[in-house]
Amino acid sequence: MIRHDFTGLWVYLSASPLLGLTLTLIAYLGAWQLHRRAGGHPLVNPVLIAVLTLVGILWATDTAYETYFDGAQFVHFLLGPATVALAIPLYGQLQRLRAMAIPLGLTLLCGATTAIVVAWGAGALLGASEASLISLAPKSVTTPIAMAVAEALGGLPSLTAALVIMTGIFGAMVAQGLFRLLGTRDPAVQGFAMGLAAHGIGTARAFQISAETGAFAALAMATNGLLTALLTPWLLPWLSRWFA
Amino acid sequence: MLNAITLLLVFQLAGEVISRGLGIPLPGPVLGMALLFVALILHGGPGKNLQDTANGLLSHLSLLFVPAGAGIMLHADRLASEWQALLAALVISTLAALAVSALVLTFILRRRGSGS
Repeated sequence: MIRHDFTGLWVYLSASPLLGLTLTLIAYLGAWQLHRRAGGHPLVNPVLIAVLTLVGILWATDTAYETYFDGAQFVHFLLGPATVALAIPLYGQLQRLRAMAIPLGLTLLCGATTAIVVAWGAGALLGASEASLISLAPKSVTTPIAMAVAEALGGLPSLTAALVIMTGIFGAMVAQGLFRLLGTRDPAVQGFAMGLAAHGIGTARAFQISAETGAFAALAMATNGLLTALLTPWLLPWLSRWFA
Repeated sequence: MLNAITLLLVFQLAGEVISRGLGIPLPGPVLGMALLFVALILHGGPGKNLQDTANGLLSHLSLLFVPAGAGIMLHADRLASEWQALLAALVISTLAALAVSALVLTFILRRRGSGS
């Protein structure tokens, strides 16, 4: 009887958006607690921990991702207004942005080209298929742009989405260690590199360091989205010739 | 707070309309951010209301990537067959992009600093 009630309850809950939404928040809050307990260490990345926890739960309960997303979409939706809200910290750095426009522009060009060419070159040398390479090329920019670029060029947009998220998590985890190695201390430089190479997840990590770091990350994320959308179709014929 | 949320959504909507309408290869929210940035410059900065709402939304920005991140489970098969090449390419290129950006920007800023 109890077992029957539980099954009924599960059937009800798994069909309602409440469960997916609540699970997302609990998984994230748990991951955030771990992150804080680890003293905010970048390797204890809250996105990675929450994602692994959720995938584990969905697999264990044999729940389809689509069912989960019915609830989680309310969190996902907030990405839109949050992206728009990035204009506010950006405005806070207006004076420095004006003064640094040319250095930032040159850096953007070098960084964006590096991300695309090295991803393609390394993937091709290691034997990835052409469809995977096209899906991989725009992986340093925010998900919607990267997916649109991959789709237009004949890649697999859903694979791109997965690679974009992995790039963001990896970039957020290693950035500060790499900066220490390179002796990069300027928060503007750190933020710009993080937003350029690791889009929104790098930007989220940058905001945890300081508002200034976050503002430069937001700028790099936005401008690299635009540049990569323009640059990738143009670079592609060269890349497939060089690494044939 | 309701005013601020509405304002953010209006700018997102405007970005969406312009992006689709003119066929610009930028997503609506990114265009919306650019529009809001221009509006803030013209208006002379955000009010306290908008500032607080933005801080609230952005303080847990990483939460908002979790639902899309869990979508990785849909690609288990594809990732299984090519994961070594994809993972290595992803790791190398992300490190390269971080390092090149940091070094180039540091180099230019230092040269400018010593030149002036």
